[in-house]
Amino acid sequence: MERQLLSGDEAVALAARDAGVALGTGYPGTPSTEILETFSELGGRAQWAPNEKVALEVGLGAAFANARTIVTMKHVGLNVAADPLFTSAYTGVAGALVVVSADDPGMSSSQNEQDNRRYAVAAGLPAIEPSDSQEAYDFFFAAVEISERWKIPVLYRMTTRVCHSKSIVVARSEDPTAVAREAAPPPAPHFEHDIAGRVMIPANARPAHRRLRAKLAEIAAWGEECALNRVEPGDLSLGIITSGISYMHAAEAAPGASFLKIGLVNPLPIERARAFAASVERCIVVEEGDPVIADSLRAAGIPVESKAEMYRFGELDVARVRRILARDVTPEPAPPRGKPPELCPACPYHTVYGTLAKHDCIVAGDIGCYTLGVLPPYRAMDSCVAMGASIGVGLGLRHVLPPAQARRVVSVIGDSTFVHSGITGLVEMAYNPPPTGHVVLVLDNGTTAMTGQQEHPATGRTLDHGPTNKLSIEGIASAIGIGSVTVIDPYADPEGFERLLLERLAASELSVIVARRPCILAAADIRKWERQAAELRARASAQAAFDLPGGDE
Amino acid sequence: MSAPEASGVTNVVLAGLGGQGVIKASDILADAALRSGLDVKKAEVHGMSQRGGSVTSDVRFGRKVLSPMVPPGEADFLLVLEPSEVEVTRPLLRPGGVLLAPDLVPDGALPNKRSLNVALLGALSQYLDLPAEALLDAVRAALPARLHRVNEQAFALGQKLAARQGTIR
Repeated sequence: MERQLLSGDEAVALAARDAGVALGTGYPGTPSTEILETFSELGGRAQWAPNEKVALEVGLGAAFANARTIVTMKHVGLNVAADPLFTSAYTGVAGALVVVSADDPGMSSSQNEQDNRRYAVAAGLPAIEPSDSQEAYDFFFAAVEISERWKIPVLYRMTTRVCHSKSIVVARSEDPTAVAREAAPPPAPHFEHDIAGRVMIPANARPAHRRLRAKLAEIAAWGEECALNRVEPGDLSLGIITSGISYMHAAEAAPGASFLKIGLVNPLPIERARAFAASVERCIVVEEGDPVIADSLRAAGIPVESKAEMYRFGELDVARVRRILARDVTPEPAPPRGKPPELCPACPYHTVYGTLAKHDCIVAGDIGCYTLGVLPPYRAMDSCVAMGASIGVGLGLRHVLPPAQARRVVSVIGDSTFVHSGITGLVEMAYNPPPTGHVVLVLDNGTTAMTGQQEHPATGRTLDHGPTNKLSIEGIASAIGIGSVTVIDPYADPEGFERLLLERLAASELSVIVARRPCILAAADIRKWERQAAELRARASAQAAFDLPGGDE
Repeated sequence: MSAPEASGVTNVVLAGLGGQGVIKASDILADAALRSGLDVKKAEVHGMSQRGGSVTSDVRFGRKVLSPMVPPGEADFLLVLEPSEVEVTRPLLRPGGVLLAPDLVPDGALPNKRSLNVALLGALSQYLDLPAEALLDAVRAALPARLHRVNEQAFALGQKLAARQGTIR
């Protein structure tokens, strides 16, 4: 049996390949990005969508057509995809749909630490949470089985330390004892009409909601006995109910204790928890983030202890779990303070932030590497909230500020973020222009840099760097009706950039400035992929000319 | 079946700045433990920290490893690639733990400074029960063939320098 050292993300990708997943789609976001990249490297069909909402809709369509599908995103991405998510619980699926939500407790690379187990409860979806890479691999098959058996999307909730930690995995293909557990072969995609089941007009949605609750009741009954949840008996003086990475910390912090380890985190195995709690002297829930399990069990009348409120913040580790178990609420030692991240020394955005800082601009910022412009020496960002929010926030500021201040407002957004959710902001700008106009600065470095240089629609290349249609940022800005659209290289022409920005700020017009210069980390790769893509395009057009009747003309 | 218990775990923390090869070194160390038949886990944080900021990576190996993260103050070994990170990360080391700092390798001793990570792995190998050959196999598996020779030399240099430090148990 070959043992492989894999991250949780890599393990999910391997499981998706081994489970016959026909399509993987998503939007890059730490800590989820490597799932689709690895799935693609393993030969799976994987593609980046412009944003998580579109990704989920594409995945849902594939699952309507009977395919096994995986959709990946970080926790805040599920906010973007929430609209189709909630109603997909009503429509259900014909094949399998596994939605990976990679949460980031402690915010190693995120703007909040929302706990997406709440989404499973709110939408009414079964949710599975693995604790290490082997479980990330094994539980994925269970997610597919649940999705196919109950015709329902499954939320696959991971966290930073499960996604990015590496631990040993034995894949099914390497484990002879696993043959009996082999998932059914993937179904062949085909379409069957199901108008009442999938067209969510109120008359169809009302019975669909009742069907959903009936499915959840069945899954809850099944979940009481399922192997995703297990009791590990030990010392009866201490019983710990836990899930995900917290289980690993707790098992280390309290060797010998009794455990109820929960893998199906929605619906929870309430009766099993009741019996477990009754079997031990002290029963405590150890969970990262919000007290989701503890609150649910208490609401069901199960007397469990929860962690102190101070442990809601940040991620857990062995030391913090020891403190939780000891009911220690004294202040915690400060973690070591290292060097903060910064813009790369040769980043083309130095010029941009130098100029914005010099002229005391009011900067509505956005999500990406360029958010680092908020740090010294520039401190040239005044808000950062959500993907694409720079444009709406900038417009709001412009609408109400006195003209002298309003004229200093600039929205700054990256290329991938612009495609993700900046386009509708630009439509709003054309539709409801502020009296002083507005300036949107698109920092186009030709890649989704922050998450590790992924492709997006405006690079003209697909997830595996092959050629595809290329979205023109300046073209779409013009088509939306923005009067002044200019492309400039701020690195090659810093004075020209400064002149242009001041001129556009002084004019009471709508402007988009595309500051275009490749990411310094990606530039060499971009040149290579462009060469390869150009060769493929040339070969394809030569083939097309050959295939045309009279193509020799 | 009762809960597994951690057993015989060696805790290593590797530290430095983004781009210095911290993650590569921890990949190599974890792979060597895997090749030696041990249980192993490795944890680090990607993302923001890769833009030139501080990076630490935890590697834990032994008969049974549970949490992937080394509890603060419980590292048996602290391997640091960046001088300015030594004091910042020192509290991660347990009392009596071994610090392998970049000043172990004298200026100019390495033909290529980028192999400092492998040189310090060579030094670390002198303290570990892992066979040095497993580490060297992992070094070769992690790097392209054209970099094998320079890194084998760096590894050997680290072994020699650690032996000279005279604290080998």
